[in-house]
This record gives sequence, C-alpha cells and structure tokens, in this order.
Amino acid sequence: MSLLVEALVEAIRLAVTRIPDDTVEALKRAYEEENSRIARFNLENILRAIEIGRERSIPVCQDTGTMTFFIRAGIESPFLKELEGAIIEAVRKATLEVPLRPNAVDVLGGRNSGDNTGKGVPIIHWELDKGDEVEIAVFPKGGGSENCSALAMLTPGEGWEGVRRFVVERVRACGGKPCPPVIIGIGVGGGADYSLKLAKRALLRKIGERNPDKEIAKIEEELLEEINALGIGPMGMGGKTTALDVKIEVAHRHPASFPVGLVVQCWANRRAFLRLKPNGRVEVWQ
Amino acid sequence: MAVKLRTPLSREDVLKLRAGDIVHLSGEIVTARDSAHRRILSLPREELPFNPEGAVIYHCGPVVRKKPDGWEIVSAGPTTSSRMNRYLDRILGLGVRGIIGKGGMNPEPFRGRAVYLAFTGGAGSLAAESVKRVKAVHWLDLGVPEALWVLEVRDFPLIVAIDAHGESLYK
Repeated sequence: MSLLVEALVEAIRLAVTRIPDDTVEALKRAYEEENSRIARFNLENILRAIEIGRERSIPVCQDTGTMTFFIRAGIESPFLKELEGAIIEAVRKATLEVPLRPNAVDVLGGRNSGDNTGKGVPIIHWELDKGDEVEIAVFPKGGGSENCSALAMLTPGEGWEGVRRFVVERVRACGGKPCPPVIIGIGVGGGADYSLKLAKRALLRKIGERNPDKEIAKIEEELLEEINALGIGPMGMGGKTTALDVKIEVAHRHPASFPVGLVVQCWANRRAFLRLKPNGRVEVWQ
Repeated sequence: MAVKLRTPLSREDVLKLRAGDIVHLSGEIVTARDSAHRRILSLPREELPFNPEGAVIYHCGPVVRKKPDGWEIVSAGPTTSSRMNRYLDRILGLGVRGIIGKGGMNPEPFRGRAVYLAFTGGAGSLAAESVKRVKAVHWLDLGVPEALWVLEVRDFPLIVAIDAHGESLYK
C-alpha cells in the first residue's frame, strides 16, 4: 500500500515538473516557425520554464490543477479496494512534498481544504476491464484552460460541419485565455456527460498520434489547420501556432442527438501513467 | 532593448510605454486574484495592507513552500486576468499603475493612467526566478492561491500588452 502511494506521488511529481517530450518537440517546432518577436518572447519563456522545471524538479506552472485520474482496472487485480484510498493519500502527500498548490475550495464559502482533496476531489474516473493489471493516468488539469471547456448539443442535421463551427468559434472566443499553444480534445456522441469525458481522455494521447479511424484522423488534421489559421498565437498575442494538436474520440450517439464535448489543454500538457501488476510491482512513465 | 522600471510607478512612467515594449520590472509587487480583489474593494483605503498609489498588482496564485524563516515562492506564473475585468476600473481608481497577468483585459480603463504587463502563462518556474523574496503575506484565510503576497522582484521580464494610449496586442 505505501509503495503504491509512493509510486503515485512520483507520478504526480513527474506530471507537474516535467512536460512530456512529444510536447516539448512540438513547442520547439513552433518556436522555429514563428518570426514575430512577441511570439518568440513567449515561446522562449515557455521552453526555459520547462527546462527549469526539469532541472530543479519544481512545478512548471503554478496552477498544478485539479488532480484527475483515469483508471482502467482489471477486475482480477488484488488492489481494487485500496486504490481510491491510495490516490487520496498520494494527493495529500504530493501537495506537501512536490509541492502542489492547494486548489480545492468548497463551492459555498470558497474555503480551501489546503490539501487538494474534498468532496469529489481528486476526480477519479473508473473503467473496468479484463485481467489482473491496473493502469492509472495521472492528469493534473489547470483551471485557465478548463474554463474554455464547452458542450454543444447539435442537431444531427448540423453534423460534422456543426462540430467544426462550434470548435473553431469557441477557440476564437477564448483567445489567449487558455494559454495557447493549446491541445484541443473533442468527444463526439455518447450523450452530454460522456462526450465531455471522451474529450478529456483524448488529451492523454501523444502529440501527433492520430485517431485510428482514417476519416476522423483527417478531421483532426483539418481542424488543427483551421484553428492555426485564426492567428491567435502563443498567449493570444498573434502567431502561427495556436494549437499543437487536435484529438477526437467518438462514441455511438442517439439518433436525435449530436453531442460535442470540447476540453482545452494548455501547453503545460501534464500527464503521467502508472501500471500496477498483481505482484505489487509498479511502473511509472510519461 | 528592455525598459527598466522600478515600483512605485508614476503616471509619467506608464505614459512612456507602448504596446510591444519589453519591460524589466524591479521592486515590490502584490498578488491578488478574485477574492483578494473583492476584499481590496470592500475595505477603506487606510485599512489596505499595501499603498495602492503607483502599485503594481500581479494576477497570480503561487506555489509556495513554508521555511523555518518564512516563505519560498516555488512557481509563480500569471492567472487569467479577464476574470478581474469587473473590478478593473475601481482598482485603477485607487492609483494602481500596473497590472501583470495573462490573456488580456478590457483596454479602456487603462487609458491615460495605467498599463497591462503580460507574462507568459504557464511559465511559473521561470517567473519565480525573478522573485527575490516574500516581503509579507496577508489574508491567508482566503487560501494560499488567493492570499495577498507582497513580493520583491528583480528584472521581471514583461511585455507591455495594453498601453495607456488604447493599444492592445491581443488578437
């Protein structure tokens, strides 16, 4: 149990102090393509902040987010009963040790719990699977980009053209607020709640990793191009790169509905993964 | 070339700046987010824990570490400023000459009296390098992110994103 807590603390530390390599590469490419002095000022600061985070093992962004976990649990894992408790304990420990910013406040008085836990927080999404292993995605989600999330209940007649219009309009309206260059997660189908969950989970994919369905992959690429044509640029001060990637996940839908969930991820694209074997061995990676 | 500025800022200091200028700011700055803005505006001027005349307010909720001899700022990038638009005119009315944040604000209230200085959102580890020490902290009852942190900064690299002449860099 304590080993699992330690491994979870390490995964949280990894997620907030080290921006994944695929994202760093994409940011470096963006830097090379920009020629405006102001876009380069911002991208230079971003790349230096990432280096400092790695070297000093400190959170790259001060908004260490709401701790969110996606669990895929093999139903034969001997650790299922302990997982939730271990995650909550790990979040408390990480708040002190990494450290994280205490970001959980109660909705009525706005009082801060001080340790990133509270009613419904950390957020844990469970999915049961076959087998005896557990895989956990650690996903600290910052508030500035989360505030640009949106749900559209389109009519089936609006269809994919409607998805495009909704997403591009929303990204335009948000401008520099979600800390571009951003990564856009889109969930289509499934219902109102599920489309947003798909959109958030889509953000766990690597930059450049396309949806396995070719038609959907094509829409991802076209949307990326359309968003970058907006010219919002790094931090909303103009430039070629507004988004580093677009990720779409789909589920079947009700014939009367066309739900579209949109979740925006800032450039501080934080994630880490953990696998727990039935013998108690743990692997952590990014 | 960066313009070197030291707080408190005068009206002349801010009128000289133009959107797109790089500023290296030194001196005292005060963090405030949503709750702190509400409290600043609810108190009589003489009860404020800082002098608003010429002050620079930083929209920031830092990651901090408690040390035996005080506080250490670990990561301190800007938060989304547009949430504070509703307080802006009254805050600048107190004599505040500069707002540091990200994402931009309504340009109109800045005209003739103050500037909006942007730092790169998310680059909290880099911003913390400009913070030399925590001079004081007030209103910790609001929680660490919402408290009023009085920071001494040296050569904090910022970009004038909204100037006092109505120009803005935001698209």
